Amino acid sequence: MSAGEPPINSPDITRLTPVLGPGHTYASVTDKISAIVLTRPTSLGWYIGFLIAFSIFGVLNIAIGWLMIKGVGIWGINIPIGWGFAIVNFVWWIGIGHAGTLISAILFLLNQKWRTSINRFAEAMTLFAVACAGLFPILHMGRPWYAFWMFPYPSVMGIWPQFRSPLIWDVFAVSTYGTVSLLFWFVGLIPDLATLRDRSTSKAKQIIYGMLAMGWRGSARHWQRYQSAYLLLAGLATPLVLSVHTVVSFDFAIAIVPGWHTTIFPPYFVAGAIYSGFAMVLSIAIPLRKAYGLEDFITMRHLDNMAKVMLATGLIVAYGYFFEFFMSLYSGNKFDVFLVQQRLHGPYSRFYFALILCNILLPQLMWFHKMRTNVAVLFVMSIVVNVGMWLERFVIVVISLTRDFVPSAWGRYSPTVWDWATLIGTLGMFVMLIFLFVRVLPAISIAEMRELVSETSEEHK
Amino acid sequence: MIEHRSHVYGVIGEFEKPEQLVHAAGKIREAGYRYFEAYSPFPVEGLPEAMAMRRNDVPLITLLGGLAGGLGGFGFQYWVNVVSYPLNIGGRPLNSWPAFIPVTFELTILAASLSAVFGMLALNGLPQPHHPIFNAHRFTHASTDRFFVCIQARDKKFHLADTARFLQGLAAHHVSEVHDD
Repeated sequence: MSAGEPPINSPDITRLTPVLGPGHTYASVTDKISAIVLTRPTSLGWYIGFLIAFSIFGVLNIAIGWLMIKGVGIWGINIPIGWGFAIVNFVWWIGIGHAGTLISAILFLLNQKWRTSINRFAEAMTLFAVACAGLFPILHMGRPWYAFWMFPYPSVMGIWPQFRSPLIWDVFAVSTYGTVSLLFWFVGLIPDLATLRDRSTSKAKQIIYGMLAMGWRGSARHWQRYQSAYLLLAGLATPLVLSVHTVVSFDFAIAIVPGWHTTIFPPYFVAGAIYSGFAMVLSIAIPLRKAYGLEDFITMRHLDNMAKVMLATGLIVAYGYFFEFFMSLYSGNKFDVFLVQQRLHGPYSRFYFALILCNILLPQLMWFHKMRTNVAVLFVMSIVVNVGMWLERFVIVVISLTRDFVPSAWGRYSPTVWDWATLIGTLGMFVMLIFLFVRVLPAISIAEMRELVSETSEEHK
Repeated sequence: MIEHRSHVYGVIGEFEKPEQLVHAAGKIREAGYRYFEAYSPFPVEGLPEAMAMRRNDVPLITLLGGLAGGLGGFGFQYWVNVVSYPLNIGGRPLNSWPAFIPVTFELTILAASLSAVFGMLALNGLPQPHHPIFNAHRFTHASTDRFFVCIQARDKKFHLADTARFLQGLAAHHVSEVHDD
């Protein structure tokens, strides 16, 4: 397999860096990936990391518990700022999820082989991010135990949800997105669960993985239908992922609040979602490949490509910022012009400039090949972009709500300790779920890696 | 299992390379066998053609599911807003269809995706707690790095010794019989 490889230190190695390290066979990829779950002892680092994340998850539970007792008054929200952290965090988390679906569905349709070793954990990341996102609007309701009122069911009250409201569109978009992401992830897992069933030595593991694999036996007829279903799911998930953040942006764009009521919101929200999502995939991939020695599977080529996607979507986001700015001034609408002034000179201008720094200026480093192949720089950059995208949502939500039409209705917003505890708590929950996931399920698709071995061995014949 | 001998499910042979499996599947079909199945750790290109498999019904089920979701979703919103709970807001039309499109779209995708996955599972007969093929001695390798073909005993042309010899003639390793239970 390695016969046709270019010498490892050739100058244009990046273009030729394979998506899979040389010398791998069907058995070796299977061994290496399944060993993480089945045979490798759980490392001390895993326990420490899990424990830290679990403790932070505990903080989330306390924050939610206190919220249930006292109500949303423990947060910093008050009229005119009804949305605050809850909606900022919701939009941020749901955006992060988008990269997983993009990698698994859109890159699959585009036949990008490099997606193979990153799609599984990116999909897992999507699920966990959607779980974190879903918490916020529910908690924000004030009486979260009535969340089911948003679903249409024949109630004794004889009324129905308002289907003309973007908030109800959100319910359908996010719940569909969560369900389809779960299906996509699980369908991808079935052959790998069968592999784990066949390779595990303990009875308990055989039974658990066996039940999850549902009797998968890899027959040609199974595979044929499986491939059809997978391709169709990819085709369905592609418009879905674009629709989800579009609907989220409608929450803002349908309103008449200055700074929200713009037609550029849907495309620029989608680009921003993919931007922050790829940043999060990098934030997970870099420690993961290091901790489990997966550098052969998640190669520099993957990191390089993800950095390029980040750069491209970051530029779309920059374009969005520019036109948001330009259209406000060009419209001559005094409220829109005033909002631009408020972003630049208002009480929250520091956040606006920090956002420009994190989302537009610093990521320009990604133009340089040296930076894209420097793992430490990439990791820092991925965190910077995530912070920047969080700031973007903060700026959108808070500046517009504190400075709307009538000066008597203006206000200020500052989060409380419970706002921060909830945000940091969801980060803990997210990291905890990632830790559990890499421990009990294959973080890389084994079946697809075998396909990749088959394809790359043909190329090098 | 002491009282009566178990039935033979078929004869299984093993290959190391996907190309060998495709080749063997083609030959088995040419030899006139109809009830045989190939097993591989990943989808093998050219295998469905070699086995002359007909197109599967997953796309059709998905289409029907999507149509049901879309029409049902729009129809439901129409019924809610026009029939069940009409709200006159400044004389605006009750059937304000553009506002119903996002939910209609989401329900189309949701129903189509559920149909694709559950249709695939149902057509594959999954979940299935047990299958005779799992009795084959080396079958655990089918999910790692080996390719198997099994000619089933229900085939008219099946003859234990002849079929086993035929498989060996196709360069299959570890040719052996598979029992029902």
